[in-house]
Amino acid sequence: MTTPPAFRVRDLTFGYRAEAQPVLADLSFEIPSQAVTAILGPNGAGKSTLLHLLLGWHRPQQGEILLHGKPLSAYGRAGLSREVGLVPQREHVPFAFHVREYLLLGRSPHLGMLSMPNQQDLALVEAALGRLGIAHLANREVASLSGGEHQLVLIARALVQGAPVVLLDEPTAHLDLGNKYRILDLLQSLAEEGRTVVFSTHDPQAAAPIADHILLLRSGQLLFTGDPTQALTAERLSALYATPLQVAQWGKHTVVLPVKPTPSDNTTAPQME
Amino acid sequence: MASQHPHRTKFILLGLGALGLLTLSAFVGRYPAAPGLSPALLRTDPLAQRLVLDLRLPRLLAAFLTGAVLAVSGLTMQMVFRNPLVEPGFLGVSQGAAFGAALAILYFSTSPWAIQASAAAFAMLGLALTYVLARKLRYGGWILRMVLAGIAVSALFSAGVGLLKYLADPLTQLPEIVFWLLGGLWATRWDNFLVILPPTLTALVLLFLARWRLNLLSLSEEAAFSLGAAPGRERLALLTLSVVATAAVVSLAGMVGWVGLMIPHLARRLFSADARYALPASLLLGGTFTLLCDDIARTLVNGEIPLGILTSLLGAMAFVALLATTPTENRST
Repeated sequence: MTTPPAFRVRDLTFGYRAEAQPVLADLSFEIPSQAVTAILGPNGAGKSTLLHLLLGWHRPQQGEILLHGKPLSAYGRAGLSREVGLVPQREHVPFAFHVREYLLLGRSPHLGMLSMPNQQDLALVEAALGRLGIAHLANREVASLSGGEHQLVLIARALVQGAPVVLLDEPTAHLDLGNKYRILDLLQSLAEEGRTVVFSTHDPQAAAPIADHILLLRSGQLLFTGDPTQALTAERLSALYATPLQVAQWGKHTVVLPVKPTPSDNTTAPQME
Repeated sequence: MASQHPHRTKFILLGLGALGLLTLSAFVGRYPAAPGLSPALLRTDPLAQRLVLDLRLPRLLAAFLTGAVLAVSGLTMQMVFRNPLVEPGFLGVSQGAAFGAALAILYFSTSPWAIQASAAAFAMLGLALTYVLARKLRYGGWILRMVLAGIAVSALFSAGVGLLKYLADPLTQLPEIVFWLLGGLWATRWDNFLVILPPTLTALVLLFLARWRLNLLSLSEEAAFSLGAAPGRERLALLTLSVVATAAVVSLAGMVGWVGLMIPHLARRLFSADARYALPASLLLGGTFTLLCDDIARTLVNGEIPLGILTSLLGAMAFVALLATTPTENRST
């Protein structure tokens, strides 16, 4: 990769309380710009915490995070949110906002404390609705959306926000197969348009098809960082999930399976090439 | 696509209704006899002129302001706490203010300024205690915990008010304290109305201007942060504005319940969850509702019905009706 990295992280350590065991210990890595990076690891590995650190929401206890060569604190509150957007896990909205208003909130980093969104902001919302093919949802209440629809709406809000770096927290976690691949395609096209996409997932099969770069995270430690062909090996994934795993190539697709059928698994394993 | 002012007609009607009721209220009352005096009498009768200008006018403006502040504060608290079931009275704010006011009457001074400062200080304390307690509770979700903590803190202050009532001089101080518990505007004159005007107007104007930001702060903390807010600091600023304004109107009107809970629900239902519309709608609806209650309070019977009793009665009934028919809001606790 010839372009300079989006994030450069050095000796990062973080814990929610100073005296407790750190959630993330001594991480150093880079995240390439204008590419898809997957943070892969089991539940509780510290993936969400790492995303929140990249967002600037948590501050490192030690080490530093540079975005485009500058520390996050140098951007200022609104400035940083014009650079880095977040697609959280499904967000509970206690009020009956409509999708259009919810998306319009994506313009907040560009508005002053006491100003209102205008027609231009609304036009950006309409464009994002059209881009993701969800214009029919515009007048629906956010709370009434299905998991897949909500995820699309959250990504649309990040588009409306217009930040060149988009962080996504488990974007495919609760989606059926169709919605999962729809979201993954979308993430890939965002990177092709020049955005830096970083997403966390516990599922190697979500990371494999689209990631240009992979971080393997286990118990707050970085096991490996590099390109997918080196990251998604049987040896590395077995260590990552503390379970013997095998990796097979099915055409262009990477398939990860347990070495032994689990006790509940009575069917025979599919034949691999 | 929705036009820029999707609720224009409703706002115009609501504004006209409020103005109409304000005008009408100047003539409604038990002088010379219920239901009121005629405009002709106002031109000839000097007593009627003094009654309207010196007593009714400040009182009906205070009634409107009280309702507007309670409703806007209720909406602000609901959005800042991401909890549609809170209002000043549920969070220890009103009871804290009443305790502060009673304390001032008993031990400091009965000047409006002293009562208001003490009411504001204890209102803030009540909210802070509720918030800290809700964080420490280990039962139920956040919405339930806030409500439970609010009940506990309110009960604590109610007990404190009870104690102060027991200690108060039954001839001079006790009637003043009882007034806080029932709520009413019969003591309103221009001087004590003008005392609460600066803090309440400042808060209303700032909250009105920040109403888009209020939408942002009603999102989850991480989402609000990622969209450029400093959630902790900004929520505290908006809460402070609403608590100061609430304490000011409570120091004048006493405990006027249910306006802060019911009116924002009604505003969201009639207009939109979007605070760009829900906040001004709450302001107008809250003011009109409380003014109407106060008109009834001073006209219906020979003496006077305490305002707090009427707003609670009508507010609670309306709230039950709203909840029973609410489509999606409030489903998850």
